[in-house]
Amino acid sequence: MANFYLDNSDLKHHLTHPLMKRLVALKERNYTDAQKYDYAPFDYEDAIDSYEKVLEIAGEICGDIVAPNAEDVDHEGPHVIDGHVQYAAGTQKNLDALVKAGLMGISLPRRYNGLNFSLVPYIMAADMVSRADAGFVNIWGLQDCAETIYEFASEEQKQRYLPRVCAGETMAMDLTEPDAGSDLQAVMLKATYSEKDGCWYLNGVKRFITNGDGHIALVLARSEEGTKDGRGLSMFIYDKNNGGVTVRRIENKMGIKGSPTCELVFRNAKAELCGDRKMGLIKYVMALMNGARLGIAAQSVGVSEAAYREALSYAQERRQFGKAIIEFPAVYEMLSLMKAKLDASRSLLYETTRFVDMYKTLEDISKESKLEKEERAEMKMYQKQADAFTPLAKGMGSEFCNQNAYDCVQIHGGSGFMKDYACERIYRDARITSIYEGTTQLQVVAAIRHVTTGTYLNMMKFYESQEISSDLIPLRNRLKTMTEIYEKIVTKVTETKDPEYIDFHARRMVEMAGHIIMGHLLLLDTTRCDSFRTSAEVYIHYGESEVTKNAKFIDQFDIEDLEFYRMK
Amino acid sequence: MSLKIIVLAKQVPDTRNVGKDAMKADGTVNRAALPAIFNPEDLNALEQALQLKDQHPGSTVSLLTMGPPRAAEILREGLFRGADGGVLLTDRAFAGADTLATSYALACAVRKIGEYDIIIGGRQAIDGDTAQVGPQVAEKLHIPQVTYAEKIIKIENGKATIKRRLERGIEIVEAKTPLVVTVNGSADECRPRNAKLVQKYKYAKTVSESQNQDNDYLGSILDSRPYLKLNEWSVVDVDADLQQVGLSGSPTKVKSIENVVFQAKESKRLTGADVEIDDLMKELIANHTIG
Repeated sequence: MANFYLDNSDLKHHLTHPLMKRLVALKERNYTDAQKYDYAPFDYEDAIDSYEKVLEIAGEICGDIVAPNAEDVDHEGPHVIDGHVQYAAGTQKNLDALVKAGLMGISLPRRYNGLNFSLVPYIMAADMVSRADAGFVNIWGLQDCAETIYEFASEEQKQRYLPRVCAGETMAMDLTEPDAGSDLQAVMLKATYSEKDGCWYLNGVKRFITNGDGHIALVLARSEEGTKDGRGLSMFIYDKNNGGVTVRRIENKMGIKGSPTCELVFRNAKAELCGDRKMGLIKYVMALMNGARLGIAAQSVGVSEAAYREALSYAQERRQFGKAIIEFPAVYEMLSLMKAKLDASRSLLYETTRFVDMYKTLEDISKESKLEKEERAEMKMYQKQADAFTPLAKGMGSEFCNQNAYDCVQIHGGSGFMKDYACERIYRDARITSIYEGTTQLQVVAAIRHVTTGTYLNMMKFYESQEISSDLIPLRNRLKTMTEIYEKIVTKVTETKDPEYIDFHARRMVEMAGHIIMGHLLLLDTTRCDSFRTSAEVYIHYGESEVTKNAKFIDQFDIEDLEFYRMK
Repeated sequence: MSLKIIVLAKQVPDTRNVGKDAMKADGTVNRAALPAIFNPEDLNALEQALQLKDQHPGSTVSLLTMGPPRAAEILREGLFRGADGGVLLTDRAFAGADTLATSYALACAVRKIGEYDIIIGGRQAIDGDTAQVGPQVAEKLHIPQVTYAEKIIKIENGKATIKRRLERGIEIVEAKTPLVVTVNGSADECRPRNAKLVQKYKYAKTVSESQNQDNDYLGSILDSRPYLKLNEWSVVDVDADLQQVGLSGSPTKVKSIENVVFQAKESKRLTGADVEIDDLMKELIANHTIG
């Protein structure tokens, strides 16, 4: 009887952010669909009302079906039967419910039977599904692979595949191979064109493929014989109905056990080219990964939420030394920091989502008609901000998720180490978020150029210029001081022009930027809704000490000191 | 073969999560404290109807509910899940009805709807728990009834095959259509509200609800989309006899209601030792609490 949308007012707060008015108007092309479709909104208020009503459905399914199934799914897991995946019973029930509720193809256009929702409510649904069952969100959330088909496939392919996704067929993204993990340029799965049959055939092995037996898969394969790097790779669409791919095994994982992680064998699997040859890695995988990273950022926030709630309710109930343990400073500090990290990472998640949605929507419009000069500039700006914020949201969000899961177990004490409480599963599920779709270390690689080129600094300055409640000015002043420290340190590091030295300190600088940006976001949130005040206070306290700590470390560090760290 | 299906549904106070203020001092239900919901077994009934619709393309599912004007929520809830339309039976004269008067009113409405192949309702409502309305509707319409249904397996050649869930097992029966079926809570759960249908029908309103419409654009949408107009019928609309509806048609008179509070009078504490459990079982068997 829980509703994960209605029991969390922060979601509505983010759903009704001031930028949404423009975003939704763009997405709805000024509400022209209302003439053509009986389920299209006729104005902004109508659209937000629809978003809310649909999120209420998702929230109810999460609370009443997905969350109660999570424990059984974790124990049962999926199985391989005759080379195909059979989900755990609970997983299948979850999926059936979400499909029947029409929660597939949420952000796809209506002409393909999608709901044409902004990315914001879609990510919000992913946030709630992750809170309910972090493993399940992988299966349901792979629907965002359809975005890649929508962006790059031919119209004929879109018409064939996208309505199937909206009708509930699941997807997979087949990239990783035994010898190609973080380094996807090494992908070897072979694609051969048959002149006789007029189609491509795939041969080889893929590994660690989430939902590898999904109905429609995007497969990265080497189409150019004799090549060795990323320029020889193309993207293909594999339709399970054509056969040719079998699941050899499902990995036995630490967490997200309901999500089938498959080893796939391709034997003359018929496939069709998606987009242009040789653009597979360079263009399409990058788009796919950016979408996936945002998805993991949402998953991280959802798991953080679950961890915080479990910890809070345990700390309120558990009594020691004659009182509830939440009354002890050591415990309430942990809890308030968990909440602050949760709120901060969620604010960053939705800020990033809006940036991504703004530029993608403008880009989509540009395919229909030429953008005005200002609109083009706007698109470029949001694209840059999306590029800068996505690795930050994924990187820091997933680290906070892990920290919250850790503290959740800690607050449970010995009981948390037993299999009897949900926190144990949350702890195992959280662990993958900072690893897949690019480890935190790789997020730092993507983020560092926004440190060195000043994107983050510009954003800090932008946030400083936004209007906030006057009583928050002292907090903002502390962020300004942190920014001065950040600027100084970044200059010191980049001035060396030593790539190894910059790499060595990259994570510290990226995190400094993250703390300052999240601090600003919480101040803006508090201005709109006072319930964020505590988190803003707590987070800025925390961020301040982290920023100072990192600055001190870098300040005291000479290039020669690297020698102590180089391991052979 | 397409079917015309009628689903009987009732809006009830959610008695499953009863708090301290669920009853008023005078022993009547405090409706303000309990959220109004779609009676759970009526949702099971709706699911059976929707499954029949899935099996028989072209079928229509109409909801029929009796209640105050706000019971129109039930019709919308049904539309959100896949029903095609519905009727709200509402009139001050219907108020205070017991099961006899209710089934009379519903039967009148069914006659007014006209053609139908099957009427499906929940076994009973969680407020009154009588399980009488479905069977009485069947009697008044002079058609067969199958109660305690868990699944309507199929309908073909004018016959319905139905699985019943009984206390000591299951029974598969056949009955001629048209008929009334009442569905158990053990039947398939109702499918969720659907995202597109919610958006399509969220402005569906009865005439009395749409009178308060102040948004011009919404007003024009309501005019151009006839499916947004929910039927609202009165005593006159269904040609009902005023003597047989509402309070005057209800022989049941509630003499008094007691607010029963369960509390342990004598409690025992057991340590869980085998011998204690053994003794307790013997004691409970001896005083016929169990066995």
